[in-house]
Formats: sequence, structure tokens, C-alpha cells
Amino acid sequence: MEGLHNIVVIGKRELKSYFESPVAYVFMVVFLLLVGFLTFFVSGFYEARQADLRPFFFWHPWVYLLLVPAASMRLWAEERRTGTIELLLTMPITMVQSILGKFFAAWIFLIMALALTFPIIISTVHLGTPDAGAIAGGYIGSALLAGTYLAVGTLTSAMTRNQVISFVLALVFCFVLLIAGWQPFTSIFAMWAPEWLVSGIAAFSFMPHFESLQRGVIDLRDIVYYASVMIFMLAATHIVLDGRKGG
Amino acid sequence: MLEVKNISKSYGPIDAVKDVSFSADQGEILGFLGPNGAGKSTTMRMITGFLTPSAGTAIVNGHDITVAPVAAKKLIGYLPENAPLYAEMTTTTFLRFVAELRGYSGRVRDQKVEEGISRCQLESVRRQPLGTLSKGFKQRVCMAQAIMHDPKVLIMDEPTDGLDPNQKHVVRNMIRDMAASMTIVVSTHILEEVDAICTRAIIISAGQLVANGTPDELRRKSSLHGAVELTLSDASSDTADSLRALPSADRVETERSRYIVYPGNQETLYSEVSAMARDKEWKVTGLRTLDGRLDDVFKQLTVGGDFSNVG
Ligand SMILES: Nc1ncnc2c1ncn2[C@@H]1O[C@H](COP(=O)(O)OP(=O)(O)O)[C@@H](O)[C@H]1O
Ligand SMILES: [Mg+2]
Repeated sequence: MEGLHNIVVIGKRELKSYFESPVAYVFMVVFLLLVGFLTFFVSGFYEARQADLRPFFFWHPWVYLLLVPAASMRLWAEERRTGTIELLLTMPITMVQSILGKFFAAWIFLIMALALTFPIIISTVHLGTPDAGAIAGGYIGSALLAGTYLAVGTLTSAMTRNQVISFVLALVFCFVLLIAGWQPFTSIFAMWAPEWLVSGIAAFSFMPHFESLQRGVIDLRDIVYYASVMIFMLAATHIVLDGRKGG
Repeated sequence: MLEVKNISKSYGPIDAVKDVSFSADQGEILGFLGPNGAGKSTTMRMITGFLTPSAGTAIVNGHDITVAPVAAKKLIGYLPENAPLYAEMTTTTFLRFVAELRGYSGRVRDQKVEEGISRCQLESVRRQPLGTLSKGFKQRVCMAQAIMHDPKVLIMDEPTDGLDPNQKHVVRNMIRDMAASMTIVVSTHILEEVDAICTRAIIISAGQLVANGTPDELRRKSSLHGAVELTLSDASSDTADSLRALPSADRVETERSRYIVYPGNQETLYSEVSAMARDKEWKVTGLRTLDGRLDDVFKQLTVGGDFSNVG
């Protein structure tokens, strides 16, 4: 109870701090422009003349690659740079509460940005009735993917006091996890690597799990996958922050 | 009540703090002295649970910071070095945030915020973003945060650093006013502060505790303690030699017409010097026994790094 209260207090402060700087608005505008541009002009959404949302969700893993690290880079790096981490960690709360409060705040922020893409969906209605289940599945999958990237970004943010380093590390880390299971990449890889290795590496990737959700199929295994990656990354964040305390 | 027990911290091969122990009771204002890099901040960060000790621990009213950190932190107020603050928050939103983390809600929370604003004189900056405040105000906002929950133990890391003399005066008065109900540990490298507010002081040097006592007790460790200062208007070249020849004198330092006779024997030095001055009919303009100075003790104990023969 007290734990939940503390997570909410930390989260509220963090979420407000996004909107107290212009960065949040810039972030949202860039996100919407990028998603819109890629969906309509690169994928030729309207030309397809069908209410299929795959061209829309297809780009999310790539757009997140740039934007989620930007949203997560300051979470811990900024606390460390300015020294406020010393205030935060000497409050009567646990490290887990601080980590979760910040993580959920950033996740909510990303979900808000994602929700703002809904007009794109609405614009498809006149092309035919899109499948509500597919839309919901796609959005849930996209939100989970954003949360997973975010957990990676939380970890890299705890590793440094420099936001730029945090951003680059998160981008590289997420890129590797993404591409490891991306079909064009795995097919090149499969030309010389044994089948079990290719599928083994691909199993760790975000991509296959997003592909099924994108089709509107909510498979418990995908959700378990995302949840485990998030828990793993946040636990690693805890270890990194504890390591700093231990110096 | 704060007990620090054999606390140590090493950063790789560097021993920042080595086996430091001390305790302080309610009502005490303990000065924590040491030159820059001595390990004051590191010690305070371990006491407040920000750093994990390599060995040893700190106990706050029976709660061990390494075993029950949340319970201990509830009783601690902490003003970190340089008063770090969230730049984009205002004084009120920041204090409200801290109040909520301290477990206050609703009307009590707002009341705690208002109390902090009036106790630390923050009325004029209540809606200002903290990043735009002057050093003095930042320090006071951070102080309001530290004392909001009436802590049992208040740890302040150089609270007057970088303040002008008036601001220093305000902060010192606040510390003195709060002292009765809590245990206060305040680090500083300004020695006048010790006389101004501290009931007791400890000195650390290169991570080790080298002295622990009241300001008077510490002064007694000064080589100047018990020395006799003599000022003459008719000083001559053999005055110093005459003084040096006194049975209770150890050595003599001269500065124009002022002589400082260091004691071999404190009990008899003053009377011997005054008898000699009378016999030789010196024209004495000043004669007094010195208490010793804190900065002298500080220098003795913290310079060089060889502490085996002092303390
Ligand atoms: N994170 C760290 N890594 C390595 N050495 C450190 C670290 N923090 C402090 N030190 C070293 O520990 C010693 C004590 O530092 P500190 O406690 O800040 O001293 P003080 O507060 O008395 O000026 C210094 O030599 C400092 O360089
Ligand atoms: Mg310091």
C-alpha cells in the first residue's frame, strides 16, 4: 500500500517533468510526423485502398528505435548529473519503488504519444471498416514494444550520467534486439549459420513477437516475452544502481 | 541518537573512509571537520543510506541503516552537499513532492509545506522554478526538505558553503534553534562555525578520525594552548634569549615586539614571564595566556598525514 503510494508519487513527478520542458511536445510532434509520413508516403497507405493497418504498425519498431531512447535517456542520467539522486535515494522509499515510478511515468508518456496516432486509424474508416480486434491488438502490441524498449533505455540511463551516451547505448541495444529476429536479416544469416542458431537468436528478438501482435493476434506467449524482458531490464537497472551505491 | 560504528568505504584501491566511529545524542550539534577530500561527504552519504558502507554501519534510534534502511531514513533529514534540486520544479511543488514521499497527504501535507516555507523564509520564492534560485535560497529550500518531518537526526553537508555572511548567520541561527529536539551533524571546513554553533566536534583527515571533543578540549591540543604572549614597547635583541632561558619555557617565537613563549610547563610559565618582565623593568603593553586556536589544532592534525604522534 505504502509501496504503491510511493510509486505513484515518484511517477507523478516524473510525468509532470516531461511536460514542464518543451522536449515532450517536440517529441510528440516528431513521433506523429514520422509515423504519419512513413505510413502514408513510404508505405502508400491510401494507395493500398484497403483498411489494413499493417502499413501503420509496421513502422513502429523503427520509429521507437529513435524516440524511446530519447524519452528514457534522462530518467536516471539526469538525476545522477544534477545530484538529485542523492535526495531521491535518501527518502524513506525503496529502490524498486523509485525504478518502477520512473518507468511507469515514462511508459505512460509513450502511450500518450501512441494514443495521439488514433486519427490515422479514423482516417481509414471510409476505406472500409477496419477490424476492431486487429486495431486493439496492434495498439497493445505497440505499447508493449514501447515498454520493452523503455526498459532497455532505463537500464542504459542508469549506467551513465551523460544523456547522449545513454541515448546511443539504448539505440544500439534495441537495434540489435530488433534486427536479430527481422526476416531480411535472419534470411541472410541463415545462408551460413545453422538453423537452430538462427531461430535461437531470433527468439530473443522483439520482432517476431511484434509481428503476431501486429496482425491483431494476442498470444499469451508474446505478452510473457515482453513482460520478462521488461522485468529483466529493470532488475538489471536495480543492480546497476545498487552497484553505484556500493561504489 | 546517532551511532556510527567502524564505518569504512573504499573505492577500489582508495580508502575514502577508514574505520570511523562516533556517536551523538539528542541536543548535540556535532561539527564534522576535515579538509577537502577528507571523507566528510562520503561518511554522511553512508549514514543517510545513499552509499553502502564497505564495512561498519550507522544506527539511528536503534534502526540500522544497512539492515532497515527505510525505517532509519524516516528518522533522518539530509541536506546534501551543494543542495541538489529538481531545476524545473517550483518551491511549493518540490516541497509537496517531498511531503508525499514522507507519507503526508491532504491537509497535513499542505500544512507541512507551509511550515517549511515559513521556517526557511521562502515566501518570496514559493512559485519560482528552483533552477533560477540563488545559492542561499537553494540551500534553504533543501533545508526545508530536510527538516519537514522533524527528523531525529539531521545531517547537513556544508550547509553554509558559498553563502554570504548574512545568509550564513541565518542558517546558523536556524541550526541552533532546532537543536534541542534532534541530533545534528554538520560538516564544515570553516572553523569559526564550530565555535559559533557546535557543542562538540570531530576531525577527520584522509578518511580517519583524528580528534573528538568539545571546542575547548580541541583547543587544548593546540601547541599554542598555555603559551604566553608578551608585547613590549622597548623590545631589544636579547629579550628572546632571556625568555628562552626561563625554566618553564620551551621555545620562543618573535614577531616585531610580540613574543610567544611556548610552555614547557604550563602551570608556572605565566608567573615566570611576568616576574622576569618586572625584574628587567620591561615596558609591558600586553601579557596574556593563550587558549590555543582551533585552526592551529586543525592544521596540526590534518597536515602531512602522519597522525601517529598526535591525538
Ligand atoms: N565516487 C567516487 N569514486 C572514487 N573516489 C571517490 C568517489 N567519491 C569520493 N571519492 C574520494 O574519496 C575521498 C573523500 O571524498 P569526500 O567524502 O567527498 O571528501 P570531503 O567531503 O571531506 O571533501 C576523496 O579522496 C575523493 O576523491
Ligand atoms: Mg564534501
